Amino acid sequence: MLTVHELDASHGDLQALWQVSLTVEDGEIVALLGPNGAGKTTLLRTIAGVHRPTAGHIMLHGNPIDQLPPHRIVEAGVVLVPEGRRLFSTMTVLENLEMGAYTGRARKERAQTLRSVYDTFPILAERHGQLAASLSGGQQQMLAIGRALMALPRLLLLDEPSLGLAPLVVQSIFDVIGTLNRRGVTVLLVEQNAYMALEVAAHAYVMEQGRIAAYGSGDELLRDDRIRQAYLGYGPAEAATL
Amino acid sequence: MSAEPIIQILVFGLFVGGLYGMAAVGLSLVFGVMNILNTAHGELLMLGGYASFWLFTLWGIDPFVSLLICGPLLFGLGLLLNAGLFRHVSRLDGESKIKNSLLISFGLSLILQNLAIQFWSADERAITTAYSGLGANLLGIAFPFTRLAGLLAALFAILALHLFLQRTYVGKAIRATALDWEAAAMAGVDVQRIYAITFALGTALAGIAGTLVSLGYSIAPSIGLAWTLKALIVVVLAGMGGILGALGAGLLLGLAEAISTFAVGPAYREVVGLALFILVLLLRPQGLFKRR
Repeated sequence: MLTVHELDASHGDLQALWQVSLTVEDGEIVALLGPNGAGKTTLLRTIAGVHRPTAGHIMLHGNPIDQLPPHRIVEAGVVLVPEGRRLFSTMTVLENLEMGAYTGRARKERAQTLRSVYDTFPILAERHGQLAASLSGGQQQMLAIGRALMALPRLLLLDEPSLGLAPLVVQSIFDVIGTLNRRGVTVLLVEQNAYMALEVAAHAYVMEQGRIAAYGSGDELLRDDRIRQAYLGYGPAEAATL
Repeated sequence: MSAEPIIQILVFGLFVGGLYGMAAVGLSLVFGVMNILNTAHGELLMLGGYASFWLFTLWGIDPFVSLLICGPLLFGLGLLLNAGLFRHVSRLDGESKIKNSLLISFGLSLILQNLAIQFWSADERAITTAYSGLGANLLGIAFPFTRLAGLLAALFAILALHLFLQRTYVGKAIRATALDWEAAAMAGVDVQRIYAITFALGTALAGIAGTLVSLGYSIAPSIGLAWTLKALIVVVLAGMGGILGALGAGLLLGLAEAISTFAVGPAYREVVGLALFILVLLLRPQGLFKRR
């Protein structure tokens, strides 16, 4: 579905991505792991079109999308739930959701999509008239995902959806990600909580200093001592007890 | 001093204040959404004033009717100015954006001013309709009809803008873009299109303000800077981006100027606004009407 081919990107003079290549197949959940500053967020932002690559290609179903403006990439079905959620804080929950359905394709289905988002996150229906800033962290993350769902994504890019949330809330967010995936949404997931991510993801890429450092199935990566020590935060001895 | 002259002065202060609010909303909208400070806003207002003046002089079109022509006309001019000039600025980041917007809009204001002198001479113009002298008299206080109607038109335009931003899909996208343009883009909003609409709306609002100025007051090629300054003071008083706040701050500035004319003398009228400007920046930099 998504093919990233030898992608370079920079922040000013600082190169953040070096020849990054990855593929995401239709219907998969793919995790993207790695330490802070490895370029995971930059990669997602570049796929979403809010950051411009300096070299390489991004193809969606074989069509190049790396030169499209962000709203056209959304229209094509690739939607980013950004790091830090980036809600419209002084707008209501409902207005935030409405903004998600701004593109032509999603706008026609708006009422129907809204009902299904409310089914997935009943709390958002309850709080629809409240300002986004007044929600709790977990509810804000639900709203951020809900806003992305309003765009009718085929590929959902999730940047650290568990950041700063209580374990129970994280679990429910991951449950939702699983449910969405079973409904046919492909997911590319950036996550600090590597163990959690590898539970749901079929495959994972590990990034390090702007490059892809490893690739494998969740099980393979969990079994690999080197990977485990470097990126998953626990060594072989600890893993035995998990 | 009896009460009537004072009340009369205050009433005129309110009439002027409505225009200050009207002149400020467009500037406030463009600044709040695009982070572009358009110092040519007053010149756009001047163009709106000339448009109604010539519509009235050449074809006898009533200025309140010509609002319906000037608005769309200036909206179109705004689209052109955005496509030709400001579109290139709004792609920039942070500081270089505001600096370049100042350079470009200063240049634009000089060009517009000199074109106006070329085409229409430096003479002061005003629209004098058949009903210009008429007015109501309530308990010894005069309410000239044109100024009263001008205030009502300003109130109506500002309220309509407020409802547009609150209720319509495009209006909400404009607010979302103002809050976080990148998040809006990720949600599927065509940010460049929203910028074009916003700049055109700001220009149309300047044009409407210009028509109202040409009606109760006067226009000349050089009035732009004074109106940009007034609008800027109002925007700072109101807090950036607020539409109804701009109306409130405009009325307040009008009243404050009016009070100063009998409290400290008419010579200090222009000082009052700037003093308020500095006071607000020192004591309440977020503006008088900004929530949070």
